[in-house]
Formats: sequence, structure tokens, C-alpha cells
Amino acid sequence: MFDFLDKYDVLGAFWTTVQLTLLSAVGSLIWGTLLAAMRVGPVPLMRGFGTAYVNIVRNIPLTVIILFAALGLKDTLGISLGSDVVDTSNFRLSVLGLTVYTSAFVCEAIRAGINTVPVGQAEAARAIGLSFTQVLGLVVLPQAFRAAVGPLTNVLIALTKNTTVAAAIGVAEAALLMKEMVENEAQLLLISAIIAFGFCCLTLPTGLILGWVGKKVAVKR
Amino acid sequence: MSSVLYDAQGPRAKRRNILYTAGFLVVLAAVLWWVYKALDDKGQLEWALWKPFFSGTEAYSTYIWPGLQNTLKAAALSMVIALPLGAVLGIARLSDHAWIRVPVAMVVEFFRAIPVLVLMIFGLALFAEYTDVSSDDRPLYAVVTGLVLYNASVLAEIVRAGILALPQGQSEAAMAIGLRKNQVMRLILLPQSVTAMLPAIVSQLVVIVKDTALGGAVLTFPELLASANTMSGYYGANTIASFTVVAVIFVLINFSLTSFASWLEGRLRRRKKSTGAVLGVQDTADIAGAAGTGTAA
Repeated sequence: MFDFLDKYDVLGAFWTTVQLTLLSAVGSLIWGTLLAAMRVGPVPLMRGFGTAYVNIVRNIPLTVIILFAALGLKDTLGISLGSDVVDTSNFRLSVLGLTVYTSAFVCEAIRAGINTVPVGQAEAARAIGLSFTQVLGLVVLPQAFRAAVGPLTNVLIALTKNTTVAAAIGVAEAALLMKEMVENEAQLLLISAIIAFGFCCLTLPTGLILGWVGKKVAVKR
Repeated sequence: MSSVLYDAQGPRAKRRNILYTAGFLVVLAAVLWWVYKALDDKGQLEWALWKPFFSGTEAYSTYIWPGLQNTLKAAALSMVIALPLGAVLGIARLSDHAWIRVPVAMVVEFFRAIPVLVLMIFGLALFAEYTDVSSDDRPLYAVVTGLVLYNASVLAEIVRAGILALPQGQSEAAMAIGLRKNQVMRLILLPQSVTAMLPAIVSQLVVIVKDTALGGAVLTFPELLASANTMSGYYGANTIASFTVVAVIFVLINFSLTSFASWLEGRLRRRKKSTGAVLGVQDTADIAGAAGTGTAA
């Protein structure tokens, strides 16, 4: 019953899913934090840019962004992110697309975290003469991040599931493997169960562990 | 909150602000120039490639409108089917009987943990193997199946959260005047929580509209994104132009839905008569992503 699995690299496909998730998570955490800093900062142009970025990117389907990366950036404009191998450059373009998309949600999660920090914290920080970067970097963001663990966990789980969109441009991750398997084998239910189990293994523990961490680090008020 | 982070600006801060603004403008201009250069080098800015979208309605009537119709059809069908299903699941998860509550909780958590694309691929193969749905209709069926399975479980959580957000006194008072459990739910809790849930439901619609694009990219469902591909083939490889137009349409639809949801949320929060319980836009984002964070019992 499980014989046909020898022909397919199930673990390899899920490893690609994990790699896509982790790389895009790091990228979007950095870019999303910068966006959040821009959106709460004193420079009107940066605020406007951050708001526009979030509102535009959030409302475009991820599929459009990732397909655009492959068909528009690579095939039309010849930007292949430093690799001539099709698989490698598609992988990198997917990470780029996922980062661009997810950072909008990271930005909103961090902003939600900033909103949980009591006004008095920032006021006290200003009163002792800290500048905006110091208020944000030393006082507000450290507390905001601790409150944002919950929302950020949800973004990470959504990101894990969103990596399947990379299948649209042929990155050999779990959903593409599933498509290939259901087309070639007559074992639909078994194949689906395996893939579903794999995703449960990735998403459910993430939610439970980080949910616990989130409670642990939350600032008690 | 944001204005609390920095002081009212004096002369030095104002000067510094102008400096930052100028620096940011330079970076922004450099990026835009680079984009322009890249587009120009590959001849993507030529009028011939953009012309179909600005002169005449052919591109819209032949490609975009049929695609948009399919997108909206799939989204509407999914919402209409998923909403009652989600309501039933959400209420069942609040049941007093463990034999209803626990299995429903497991189903809901399972479908929220699985990517929508996996459900769609499953649906496509399922319809091909076990039903006689014609191969033209299969992609639509598969997209709707995937979206319904996923969104019913997300809506179930929205319904559950909406009911739990009501003050305890509501159900206590209802029980005190002698209503039965199903009367409490039907007459007291549901009607109040529906208004509280509205913003969250509208913003879930945005997620559904966005996810239909998956069907176009992977399942050959002829929706809006797929029409971009067809167009760029027909109008001489105007990939950039076609994608831009499609992205703008998506942004317009979803931005108006998001704005409507926020407006609704603000309106409901201000309303004096209500119990004050409102599920907002951020709540949906949390519920949609939060696989496995709900308790299973």
C-alpha cells in the first residue's frame, strides 16, 4: 500500500516547505518591523509609504505576487536573483514574494503589539528625554514584541500554509508533490492523508509551542 | 498611540525631519528609477503593450470581465455555503455535550491546519475520481470545495468567538426567565453576536477573494489571474501590464471590502445600544492564522 512512496521524496518536499517558511519568516520579520517603525514614526512621508505598502500588499493575492515574480521579474525583466538554475531561482523568487507579502501582516501584528503598551510608558520615556528611536527601540518595541508573540505566531502559521503557493511556479514543495502524486497514483485518500498529516505536524506544534511562549513572555499588567 | 511616541516638534526636530524626508525621497526615487530602467531596457513601457487597457474595451470585455465573473462567482458560492456550515460548527463547538463538542473541535482545528491549496488539489482529484462532474466544471467545484472546507472552519471560530464575546449576563438572564438552551442560543445569543461578527465576516470575504486566485494558478480555473496569462499571450507578452491591471482590480475590490469592514467595526463600536462586543478586522487575521491555538475540548 505504501510502496508507491519510494518513487517520491516526501520528506524532501516538506524540507523545502520548511526552508521556504524559515527564510521568508526571517525576511518578513525584519522588513515588517521596519515598516511598523515607519508607520508609527514622526516623518510623514515614511508614515504614508508604510500605510500605502501595507494597504496595497495586503489586498493583492499572494498568488499574483509569486506568479509575477516568476513571469514578470524573471521571464520578462531577467531578474533571476543570482542563479541560472531554474529551480534555485524560482525558490529564491518565492522567498522574495512570500517576504513581500508576509511583511505587511508582520507590520500589522507589531503595530497591534505597540498598541498594547500603555501610553504612560512612552510618555515616561519621553519625559526623561529619550529620542524617538530610543523611545521605540529601548522602551516600546521590547514590550510590544512580547505582546506580539501571539499575533506573530498566527502570521507564522499562515506563512507555513502560504508556502504552498510556491507550487504555482514549480517549486518542489509539499503541495506540488501532492499534485504530482494524485495525478500519477490511484491512492487519493492515502496521499491526501499523508500531506495533511505533514502540515498538521508543522502547524499544530508551532501554534502550541509559541502559544505557550507567548503566555510566558507576555508583560503582566 | 503613534503620536505619543514623539514630542511636538521644535525647530531642530523639524530640520531633522526634513533631512530624513529628503533622504527617504532619494532612496525612493532611486528605487523607482531602477524599476523604470529595468522596464525600459526590456521595452515593457512601450505604448503598444499598455494600449489594450486604455483604449477600447476589448481587453475588459473578452478577458477581464469573464475572469472577474468567475472570481466573484467562486467567492460568493464559497461564502454562501461556508457561512451556514461555519455557524453550525461554531455553535456545535459550544455544545454542552462532549460527544458533539470534541469531534467538531477536531474537525475545525484540522481544516484550519491544512493549506487551502492542498484542499483544492484534493477536491479536484476527488471530483475526477468519484463523480461525473464534467472536466470543465471540475476546477470551479474544486476551488469552491477547498474554500468552503477551510473557511467554514475559520467562520466557525469567528461565530464561537462572537458568541463568547457577549457578556455572560445575557445567557444568565435568558436562562433565569426560563428559556431552554436552544432558545437562549436562537433568540438571545445569535442575534446579538451576528452584528458583532459582521466586520470579521466581511474581512474573511477578502481572504476568500484572494484565495480564488490559487485556482487560476494551479487548477486551471479561468478566473481573473488566469485571464492575465491569457492576455499577455494575446497582446504580445505584456506580462507586466496585464499583471498590473489585474493587481489593481484585486486591490480595488479588496480595499473597498476592508474599508467597509473597518467602517462597520467603527460604527458598531460607537453604537450605544449594543452590548459592546465587536469582533474586528484584526481578530479575523488572528483566527484565520491561528491553527492549533484553540483548545480542543
